[in-house]
Amino acid sequence: MLTSIKTNNFDGCKSKELGMMYFRVAIVLFGAQLIMGLIAAIQFVVPGFLFEILDFSVARMVHINALVIWMLYAMIGSVYYLMPDETGIETVGIGIGKLAFWVLTLAVSIVVLVYIFVQVGAGTEFSIWFIHEGREYLEAPRWADIGITIVVLTFYANVFLTFMKGKRTGIMMVLVADLMALSGLYLAGMFFTDNISMDQFWWWWVIHLWVEATWEVFVGALAAYALIKILGAKREIVEMWLWIEVLMLFGSGILGLGHHYFWIGTPEYWWEIGALFSALEPVPLVAMFVHVFYDWGKENGIAIAKGEKPTEMKNSPAITWILLNAFGNFLGAGVWGFFHTLPQVNIYTHGTQFTAAHGHLAFFGAYATILIAMMYIGLQGAHGIEKLKSTFSSKMAAILISFGVMGMTIALTTAGYEQILVERAELGATWNAYFTAQNLPWYIQAQAWRAVMGVITLIGFVFLVWDMLNIDKRKTQKI
Amino acid sequence: MENENASVWSSVRFWRRSAGWVTGVSAMLLIFLTFDSVGQITMGTDDDLKNKITKRVPAPTVINYHIDYKMSQKRGHEVPVIGEKELFFGKNWSEEEARALLHLGKLTSQAKNCMNCHTLLGNGAYYAPDLTKAWLDPTWETLAEAFGGKEYAISAFLQDPAGMAMHKRRMPNLNITEDEAKGLVAFLKHMSSIDTNGFPRNFSKSVEQFKQGETNAH
Repeated sequence: MLTSIKTNNFDGCKSKELGMMYFRVAIVLFGAQLIMGLIAAIQFVVPGFLFEILDFSVARMVHINALVIWMLYAMIGSVYYLMPDETGIETVGIGIGKLAFWVLTLAVSIVVLVYIFVQVGAGTEFSIWFIHEGREYLEAPRWADIGITIVVLTFYANVFLTFMKGKRTGIMMVLVADLMALSGLYLAGMFFTDNISMDQFWWWWVIHLWVEATWEVFVGALAAYALIKILGAKREIVEMWLWIEVLMLFGSGILGLGHHYFWIGTPEYWWEIGALFSALEPVPLVAMFVHVFYDWGKENGIAIAKGEKPTEMKNSPAITWILLNAFGNFLGAGVWGFFHTLPQVNIYTHGTQFTAAHGHLAFFGAYATILIAMMYIGLQGAHGIEKLKSTFSSKMAAILISFGVMGMTIALTTAGYEQILVERAELGATWNAYFTAQNLPWYIQAQAWRAVMGVITLIGFVFLVWDMLNIDKRKTQKI
Repeated sequence: MENENASVWSSVRFWRRSAGWVTGVSAMLLIFLTFDSVGQITMGTDDDLKNKITKRVPAPTVINYHIDYKMSQKRGHEVPVIGEKELFFGKNWSEEEARALLHLGKLTSQAKNCMNCHTLLGNGAYYAPDLTKAWLDPTWETLAEAFGGKEYAISAFLQDPAGMAMHKRRMPNLNITEDEAKGLVAFLKHMSSIDTNGFPRNFSKSVEQFKQGETNAH
């Protein structure tokens, strides 16, 4: 079974092999994310759990960092995987790409070990450079920041040069422009300031302009590629919709940044700007998928009417995850985001479990789903399977993970309502108000349900890994 | 679809160009607004404080002043009110000393990973209370007398959080030294003076209620 990990039928296509290397690390980090999340969830219910051994702050830091890093790995892997198909040529700098992979993986391992075993440092520049920066999501110590920048630059150079040399499709054009913005934005989070307002102002430039602008566009490009690859969707239609997506995502997402500037010391005009543009953010999230599925159905209808064979679904597990992406992105990022994006609501919800609810469903729905789909496309290619069908474990994985994440989201939303109404509206946000809300029976009950749903998600993950490891057994299946 | 050329609405070229223009204009607007906002959130100076000029983010020497958070009828929400001078850890801090202390405090807040349990200006994790107005929290008033001032109480708590725990969910011991604790208290006091457009709302109401002895504790 384990030997199947290294199987590849790429006929010497090194770029796809490199993509698979990134996918393998991504799935391991995904597992680490879930385990750390579970520890943190248990600590909400049993506050003494691992106290002063692996405190909430450490578990939570590894939880969210593993999340960001596994997604970046899977994103880089996806690009290396799809580039030969899109450009029609081998990626230009495979050697440097592989070197960058090993450097990055070594750096990530060191960073995680330091997080877990060193945990905190003294209040000095040394800690910021070599332990962690203590800034949510951007905790990576400064040395790693610089390392990541160099690795990402080599990756970008690879993408850009391959794009210039090969065929220039619309998907590649979007990726080249988007990745430039994505990597450049990281620099906005790489400086120290004593001014906490200034700190968070630029911090949001990275976080928001990643997850609510450049990452979303990136996902649009991945989906376009996947739909052409799996459903044989027409490139002209998919690419036209991709440009419409880019228009709507950047049109709403860039100035939507304002919804993080309501309460951090920034001027009041962000209330109106942030509210207006962030309220528009959900609009593009479901459009492309609806269109392509509609179009696919229509094309098939016409083909059947003419007596021809309809186009076939080439990868069922991947298409399942892409469907989950369409709904998850709309629900998690769109609906759950809109719930609390207006300042009139956000003044009560800001910094409560409601944010955590939105964060869980949005990261899962918008990103985890499509990246898992890309992994399935990679596995299909690696094992040379013409038509990859769903199995019991692939279905269980999709069902349990989605159910688990949705359950966590609902539990956290319930906890959030409690907190908002009691702590924020009724009492008024002092520490006494905070703990009064945290100790309400309904709040504790919701947190317990969140932990249970976390376990279900983890079981789903085990099914997912099991299914991916056993993918070669499907070759014997009848097509 | 380009070959059919049936309508501009189905032209890839039209949408590509529109995407480019919309993205470009949005980015330009954001950059323009960023210049304005960065100007407004740059720290004020000691002279601003002396001349009672209100800044969204005051100078580090704001630690030498009494800070409150009161409802403003004009703005419709609570705003920080910087009052008369008061001693901080028994002294008046010069510009240089205050800047160095705030620097130590901010560094410590990052090195000790405060943000992965607490929220600062509402951002962070949600396992522990928000620290935006922590300096003004009435909890400290109840300890102030015993410690000879609330800055001493907060500092003592930070150095032995598990020992002074007030709830089942305890803050762990993070090896915070006395100097670092002082820095952190300065950082918290400075943060409470930032104009956050009324976040957290109702905080001052909660303070009044607490003073009247309605603790809501279970």
